[in-house]
Amino acid sequence: MTTTTTTGDSVKAPVADAGRGASALRAQRRRKFGITLLGWGVALIIFFPIFWMIVTGFKTEAEAIADPSLIFTPTLESYVEVQERADYLKFAWNSVVVSFGSTLLALLIAVPSAYAMAFLPTKRTKGTLLWMLSTKMLPSVGVLVPIYLLFRDFGLLDTRIGLTIVYTLMNLPIVVWMLYTFFKDLPREILEAGRMDGASTFQEVWYLLLPLTLPGIASTGLLSVILSWNEAFWSLNLTTSQAAPLTAYIASFSSPEGLFWAKLSAASTMAIAPILIFGWLTQKQMVRGLTFGAVK
Amino acid sequence: MKPSYTLRPLCAALSRPLVPASALVLSLGASAAQAETITVATVNNNDMVIMQSLTEAFEKAHPDITLDWVVLEENVLRQRMTTDIATQGGQFDVMTIGSYEAPIWAERGWLEPLDDLPESYQVDDLLGPVRDGLSHEGSLYALPFYAESSMLYYRKDLFAEAGIEMPEQPTWSQVRNWAEALHDDDGEVAGICLRGKPGWGENMAFVSTLTNTFGGRWFDMDWNAQIDSPAWQEAVAFYVDLLDNYGPAGASSNGFNENLALFSRGNCAMWVDATSAAGKLFDADESQVADQLGFAPAPVAETPKGSHWLWAWALAIPASSDAKDAARQFVTWATSPEYVALVGEREGWTSVPPGTRQSTYDNAEYIEAAPFASFVVDAISKADPLDSSLEPNPYVGVQFVGIPEFQAIGTQVGQMVASALTGETSVEQALSAAQRATERTMKRAGYTD
Repeated sequence: MTTTTTTGDSVKAPVADAGRGASALRAQRRRKFGITLLGWGVALIIFFPIFWMIVTGFKTEAEAIADPSLIFTPTLESYVEVQERADYLKFAWNSVVVSFGSTLLALLIAVPSAYAMAFLPTKRTKGTLLWMLSTKMLPSVGVLVPIYLLFRDFGLLDTRIGLTIVYTLMNLPIVVWMLYTFFKDLPREILEAGRMDGASTFQEVWYLLLPLTLPGIASTGLLSVILSWNEAFWSLNLTTSQAAPLTAYIASFSSPEGLFWAKLSAASTMAIAPILIFGWLTQKQMVRGLTFGAVK
Repeated sequence: MKPSYTLRPLCAALSRPLVPASALVLSLGASAAQAETITVATVNNNDMVIMQSLTEAFEKAHPDITLDWVVLEENVLRQRMTTDIATQGGQFDVMTIGSYEAPIWAERGWLEPLDDLPESYQVDDLLGPVRDGLSHEGSLYALPFYAESSMLYYRKDLFAEAGIEMPEQPTWSQVRNWAEALHDDDGEVAGICLRGKPGWGENMAFVSTLTNTFGGRWFDMDWNAQIDSPAWQEAVAFYVDLLDNYGPAGASSNGFNENLALFSRGNCAMWVDATSAAGKLFDADESQVADQLGFAPAPVAETPKGSHWLWAWALAIPASSDAKDAARQFVTWATSPEYVALVGEREGWTSVPPGTRQSTYDNAEYIEAAPFASFVVDAISKADPLDSSLEPNPYVGVQFVGIPEFQAIGTQVGQMVASALTGETSVEQALSAAQRATERTMKRAGYTD
């Protein structure tokens, strides 16, 4: 009896489990499919303007402003004209120097400060962090004239050094905040163990902290590069010709008179191409950095 | 510790661009000392693009001067130049400014006077109203590069089909009737296209001329705003009704460019806008209606005064420039009769900068290539910035008021007119709000008590 019952139960249970398992699997698959579809939808919506910009760059000016259509004969006319009118490489080089330079400078300043705030906090640390972030809330134009006067007096107008300094200051609050959260997630014991072994503060940061939080640092750096690359207010206002980056290059193709959509699109495509490729190549670090800490 | 985690490659990669950067910054300091390089700030309009493309010709004729260009969109450039000039930043040696800025900036001592021009420049050849608009207390402060007025463009084929004949001087009530007759309800052809995009240089340039010809003015002789006057009400109500009923879809977001595209694709029966569009509309490569293009003077209503605008783009030398002599050589070259001839030869005569010199309109080749030439010179000569409204006004300017506060006032009123056009508010509400806002601004600026 007991045996039968047991047998009966043991036969029924796997069947029921299998049924439940199959339906759960189906539900999971459906959910996965739904999420994938949603992900693709969102990605397409985000990518569409960029796609349209790239397509428009290959149209003639008349086609660019005509009713939207994907059927046209592609032409390089706009690219040729854009290249004739401005030296793309000069602008691109300025963008590279300024965005990477400012990122490096910001990291050099932010790593020690985030270290101090994460591992040696005082009662004012939280307040300092919030105050740093609050500087981002002031619209840039509010400090345009003082910065312009300072730049004029220090001879920094239209120099890459000047723009690098401004971008560093602009991104510093975000860089410090991000590094602070990454550092805070690191168990203090690891650093303490290092100290027990006789490591100096520098060695502690260089050999323990930085290697262990490298994905976070890399993604912070990448974000800073992207923010600097896309920054348009300061680059338009503090540069004229020698230090003007790609944002100024794009701006020179906008016009209130005449047709310019195709040329503007061609210039924009060329301006975003380097950072797009860079982002593509480093996406692994970026994703790892952005999800870093979330699984602990 | 994985070897890939070491920071060395990252640091090396990041630091690499900095080495040449610092070297280049040092060399920049050295080149700034050479007064021969002049920085020219300009807008991205077609005539300026041609000027930029002729850099080599200038540098060949002036081997000791090299040109550096800063090209920006009009509003961005204006803000950029204002910051630099107000702080004496000295970043520019030549600036492209309009009729609006020239007298205001000259009064503030921001610009170099351009008297004592060489005889070869033929200063008397410059058209009178254009020259006056760029002068302050009898001195010229900017040299006109190109100038424009406004006129009526229409489709000859549609007019012929409907049996309408264009008179020598159309009126606004006629234009309304024609728009009604020619408007295609399917949306293929709008009866009339007009500027609707808000901005002192966009919809308000047109609305100001419309108000002028309806007998209105911006201010009375004591600087009291007149925006809620019957003439304004009538003009703006007419404008809103015209565009609502016979305008293209989404007219409130159309500026010069959008209307140019609509008209050149054949989507407008009529269009009242800048004379500088004529060259583009006559160019068969850019315009599908090139062979059907008709033009007439800007329509009038109560008075012909101020019915068409006057605007000039001009080159000026900021007082903060450290290369004034070289800059002067450039501005006199780019606005000279020789420059006009150079563009005519290289780019074709329809591409020469219009509206600045009588000699351009005496040139048989230009007259032949540009059938609209006599209209343009006539419209410019008849525009009087000193007497632009039926009743007297205290300001200089046809479609703008030559005071520093006007940019803000014009843009604000422009937004309110646009909200009446979209139907968000009524014309009365929009104009009374515009009146109050303008009164406040004028009081704060000390014009009224």
